[in-house]
Amino acid sequence: MLRSIAARIAQALGLILAVMCLNFLLIHLTPGDPATVIVGESGAGDPELLEEIRAQYGLDRPFVVQLGTYIGRVATGDLGESYFFNQSVTSLISARLWPTVLLVGTALSFAVAAGTMVGVATARRPESPLSHGATVLALVGFSMPVFWTGIMLVILFASTWKLLPVQGWHDVSYGEGMLANVLDVGEHLVLPALTLGLIYLAQYSRLSRASMLEVLESDYVRTARAKGLGERRVVYKHALRNAVIPVVTVIGLQFGALLSGALLVETVFNWPGLGRLAFDSILRRDTSVLLGVLMVSSVMVIVANLLTDLLYTIIDPRIRLRERSNV
Amino acid sequence: MKKWRLLVAVLAVFALVAAACASDDDDDGAAPAATAAPDTDDMADDDMADDGDDDMADDDGDMADDDMADDDMAAAHGPCNDGANVGGTLIIGSTQVPRHLNGTVQSGYATAVPGTQLNASPLLYDDEYNPMPYLAESWDVADDGLSVTLHLVEDAVFHDGMPVTSADVAFSILTAQAHHPFKPMFAPVTGVDTPDEHTAVINLSQPHPAILLAMSPGLLPVIPKHIFDDGQELPTHPRNTEDFVGSGPFRLVEYEAGTIIRMERFDDFFIEGAPCLDEIVMQIIPDATNIVLGLENGEIDLSVTLGPSANVLRLMENENVTVSSDGHEAIGQIQWLEMNVDDPALSDKRVRQAIAYAIDRDFMIDALDQGLTIPATSGIVTASPFHDSTVNPYDRDVDQAKALLAEAGYGDGDLSLTIDYIPPTQVIYAEYVVQALEDVGINVELSVSPDFPTWAGRIAGRDYQMTINNVWNWGDPVIGVHRSYLTDNIDQGIWTNNTGYSNAEVDRILAEAGQELDAERRAALYAEFQQIVSDEVPIYYLTTPQFWQAYNPTVQDPPTRTIWGMMSPMHEVWLDQ
Repeated sequence: MLRSIAARIAQALGLILAVMCLNFLLIHLTPGDPATVIVGESGAGDPELLEEIRAQYGLDRPFVVQLGTYIGRVATGDLGESYFFNQSVTSLISARLWPTVLLVGTALSFAVAAGTMVGVATARRPESPLSHGATVLALVGFSMPVFWTGIMLVILFASTWKLLPVQGWHDVSYGEGMLANVLDVGEHLVLPALTLGLIYLAQYSRLSRASMLEVLESDYVRTARAKGLGERRVVYKHALRNAVIPVVTVIGLQFGALLSGALLVETVFNWPGLGRLAFDSILRRDTSVLLGVLMVSSVMVIVANLLTDLLYTIIDPRIRLRERSNV
Repeated sequence: MKKWRLLVAVLAVFALVAAACASDDDDDGAAPAATAAPDTDDMADDDMADDGDDDMADDDGDMADDDMADDDMAAAHGPCNDGANVGGTLIIGSTQVPRHLNGTVQSGYATAVPGTQLNASPLLYDDEYNPMPYLAESWDVADDGLSVTLHLVEDAVFHDGMPVTSADVAFSILTAQAHHPFKPMFAPVTGVDTPDEHTAVINLSQPHPAILLAMSPGLLPVIPKHIFDDGQELPTHPRNTEDFVGSGPFRLVEYEAGTIIRMERFDDFFIEGAPCLDEIVMQIIPDATNIVLGLENGEIDLSVTLGPSANVLRLMENENVTVSSDGHEAIGQIQWLEMNVDDPALSDKRVRQAIAYAIDRDFMIDALDQGLTIPATSGIVTASPFHDSTVNPYDRDVDQAKALLAEAGYGDGDLSLTIDYIPPTQVIYAEYVVQALEDVGINVELSVSPDFPTWAGRIAGRDYQMTINNVWNWGDPVIGVHRSYLTDNIDQGIWTNNTGYSNAEVDRILAEAGQELDAERRAALYAEFQQIVSDEVPIYYLTTPQFWQAYNPTVQDPPTRTIWGMMSPMHEVWLDQ
């Protein structure tokens, strides 16, 4: 098991290096550079200023030298300086990482929990009105673009009914005590997490429904029923474990897409996370920040997939046994 | 199963608690509190220097009687009504992201709005282009115009308690001269003498009529020499954001790049009784629609940017929000169509004039801008004392346009051009120009740039035929107007002379006007310049977009009685709670 994890980590390091080089190349192929944006922000520009800025950040050096310098710095844990903010990329990312983890984590937990519950409920009575209604709602949820859902929720809950805040991740009068702060962040989290979670809720409910329908037809479930176990116990104790394996697989595969969705949600709700930082960095050609965010995102996706693999072994011990027998 | 539930519940609580802690930590980055600040005395009476500066300022700046009465009242009770109007937090929403807070090395609205709260400058300006005392209680301009002497207030201190001296003023001017993007502001400065701690003498190589305006809050913040003169590069100096120390009415307590700037009242500010507010929190909100909703919900008190016309119109209908464009006259934004005069077709003046006649400026204002912009007819905005209203406005005349094209040898459909625009907001103007020019037989194709850097690279490299552009006057023609027309400024980067226009007479007039201290003679020179450029049309002026801001009814005395609007200190703003 440990050897397997070590091998996966070694693979991941190689993958991260490849992703880093590819990102560096792609970003440098795009037209325009950070100096142009900084000059644009200044409302005036001349060649001297452009050259000064390019020299300051080493942008006037050959591509290979820039790439080599970058890889060398990253190897020592230094992600460089933001061209736009003149701050270390690490500090910018660390300030934005937690809001994104909170948003994505909450949305994912909500989507998995609610989606699985809906899936199981509809699988138990596939022809019921509840099942048909859930199918239609899942279709609607899956069809709505994330940004549109977000705007609609803002119009309803923040603008029309004034129940929840419009934007941000906490009130500016923050600091009135721990409980108040927790409630404040929670209040700001509701709409963004709901927006991001809805689309995945739809997917997971359909997936878990299909999976549960299949599992409920299997021999061991029939045996469990024949032995006189209650239906609730059969479904939740025996069938659910096997039914959620495809859901877990999809979570790992979709983690990257979830981060992409977070970018849109963070923009709509002014949620100060990595997605918004990446989006703004693209517009500003703040390549050092963009590279940093892409690298952190890559690591997050790789870690998510690694965790997914580990989760299999917890849900279904046979996977671990098979792997052991292979070793 | 119960264990799983418990684990999920614990994780959820932990996540929210950690989020709360993470934000609490932000406050730890506060700038050090001011210590050992000397006691502040009453500020000297607001007597402006009685010599030398009349010609530098606009002469028609008499304030109305009621304004005078208001000012007398304010003087009697101080800016905050003897403390009656003190207190509260002003929450500002802005779409603009500052790179940092040091305005001596960074221009632009994004830095200037928070920067003017954190830093004082030598002068303020009223809404009639008259300089007013600020850090300089008076000033003298030498008769030959080759020096300006600033007499500084004696009790101003920085946020760390160190006194603001003439050495700081000299350091700030020389820093701006070396690093500020607006090079003409201090280009003629040969040095700054500091005969005593409260006198700074700015020496000039030539008379420089823009020098006083260049010492406005948004253009010349006075920064502490004892902090910034440490051998590090000023544009990338870490103290441009970290533990920022300024001389303004508010001190920095929290800065998170691109997200939030929190400033609290500086108790030792040199204007007695000011500022009125306890705190200003500036929230950076990239989507202007969120700002509008925040204003409606009461989450935001004041917005310094409102985005598209729809947002402005929506707020105008809200009786609980005041929408105003007052007080930004000096910014002088102009939306224009510029033409690459080295292009074979566009090198012919008649073709350029035909294009000007083909465009319906009024339609653009009424339909595209929904009445929220005003016409621009020259390169100097209407609000400037140097604007010439007698230039040919090129009102739409399709027959005249066709006749000019025929004279230049182009029949219907013979001429094909491309048009660029700053993405994404200017696309509607470019699309309109395509339609308008089709009416006179010119085929125009949109040239789309995916983002600003791509567009800027194309225009600065003159890889274009026509483009919609947006250029600011920045208060004085020397700072924001000359750059687009001077021959020696061709292809010097974006927002220089990107049309390639060259006229020796225009060069001579601008050189002369740039040194003329007499306001009337200077206005006459600029009128001559505007007439020539209007005739040759390297640029067709479209509209002057307004700087709309909105605030809720509790916000009193926002900085609208100035030419710099929100790029002004908010030490007199108070909340009617």
